[in-house]
Amino acid sequence: MRGPIAILIAVALLLGACVSAIPTDSPQIKELTVFAAASLTDGFTKAGDEFAKSTVRVRLTFNFGSSSTLATQITNGAPADVLASADEANVQKIVDAKLADGVPTPFATNRLEIAVGVGNPKKIASLADLGRPDVILVVAAPTVPAGKYALEALAKAGVTAKPVSQEVDVRAVLNKVSLGEADAGIVYVTDVKSAGTRVTGVDIPEQHQVVARYPIAVVKDSRNAALAHRFVDYLVSPAGQLVLAEFGFSKP
Amino acid sequence: MRSERPPVLLAALAIVGVAFFILPLVGLLARAPWGTALGELTTAEAITALRLSLVVSLAATGVALVLGVPLAWIYARVAFPGRDVVRALTTLPMILPPVVGGVALLFAFGRRGLFGQALDTWFGIRLPFTTAGAVLAATFVAMPFLVLTVEAGLRSMDRRYEDAARTLGAGRWLVFRRVTLPLIAPSVFAGAVLCWARALGEFGATITFAGNLPGTTQTLPLAVYIALETRPEVAIMLSLVLLAVSLAVLVVMRDRYLRAF
Repeated sequence: MRGPIAILIAVALLLGACVSAIPTDSPQIKELTVFAAASLTDGFTKAGDEFAKSTVRVRLTFNFGSSSTLATQITNGAPADVLASADEANVQKIVDAKLADGVPTPFATNRLEIAVGVGNPKKIASLADLGRPDVILVVAAPTVPAGKYALEALAKAGVTAKPVSQEVDVRAVLNKVSLGEADAGIVYVTDVKSAGTRVTGVDIPEQHQVVARYPIAVVKDSRNAALAHRFVDYLVSPAGQLVLAEFGFSKP
Repeated sequence: MRSERPPVLLAALAIVGVAFFILPLVGLLARAPWGTALGELTTAEAITALRLSLVVSLAATGVALVLGVPLAWIYARVAFPGRDVVRALTTLPMILPPVVGGVALLFAFGRRGLFGQALDTWFGIRLPFTTAGAVLAATFVAMPFLVLTVEAGLRSMDRRYEDAARTLGAGRWLVFRRVTLPLIAPSVFAGAVLCWARALGEFGATITFAGNLPGTTQTLPLAVYIALETRPEVAIMLSLVLLAVSLAVLVVMRDRYLRAF
């Protein structure tokens, strides 16, 4: 009988070793894990750099994805310190799950724009053109904020469009347009801006616009809650807003 | 096989190894909505994805059979310069990250791709965002399994039957069709099943190359990914379907799979 018991003890020891092997907070560099909407990829990368410069030694790790994916990951225990979502619903999911530390802080807004191929070869002038049968349209999946907003905008304009694909996040939509696979995609103003010369943007008039509100919440159980709150404070500060404005985001 | 008592350390590590594979399955099973299982599987989105996945995976297996069996025969029977290199290139998708495969397909057969452009202008054929595109992506990642399995079968078969047929005056094509093919039928079947299972599970290349649209390109794994955020019960049940199929394939193929590799 010695064998099996020894095995069990060995397994227990191993598991114990695994648990204690998780690194404890280094006194030198603080880690902040930021889960952020795909549309924040460029804005947050820059804002994160600026924040890291302005404060104690901190290293930011980003996980960019669709807000709904991120919220699902956090409610299933992903070790995030903050969640910045492209809509209120997905932050509300972690509030409802009692995983938010305090109330979510709105920090930016965004607007929709039609991304088309460089030089607009299909002569797309409005949302109505997206219903044309010769236009290959790509949107984000209706489960992610950008997809939800796109459907709202099309509905406001009274357009029945048949997208050929519902991409997993807004950056995937942008890629399909910049690669030339799709003629048009509904993305954020900030995405068109960050794509630079790879796509052309077509404005959506005010009456068809959908305003995306971006809240950020500190995740309860964050091992760096104080630092996480300082990152939030930085984002809403004039310095943080300046960086976000540079990437096309508007004030909250 | 002689059974031995393992050293404690080996046994302990092996148990951790087993747990590593079993625990995720337990997690999935524990979260499964057993009470409403049938209801979740018969939702419109589940049915659509199940049907499309069957079509795409079977079509991919068909294409792989038509192209893969001849390829395996060439590899097994014809010595030509650079054979190992060509074989390596055609088996690359087995270990290549599927997303990379999808990107490569996009640059080759996309609308702006090297060959896709010609397909579009000359024949009006566009593969991205179509079911055909999903089949192409699935074939790309799955066919190597068939080719390797069939090649192994060809190498291990008794060639004297072929020689006998040849001495009796049968032509090369007749020998292949009437002697070789029946003899390697078990390998072809095993290869086709493995290929089908891999095609059924394809995600990365499909979402990159073919996109994601219910009923057109949203196969089971894509539906699982999308549903996880809004309808986790559907996602879990679809995952269990894929799990059951994979398990069944491995159990059925156990001996053959181990022999082929």
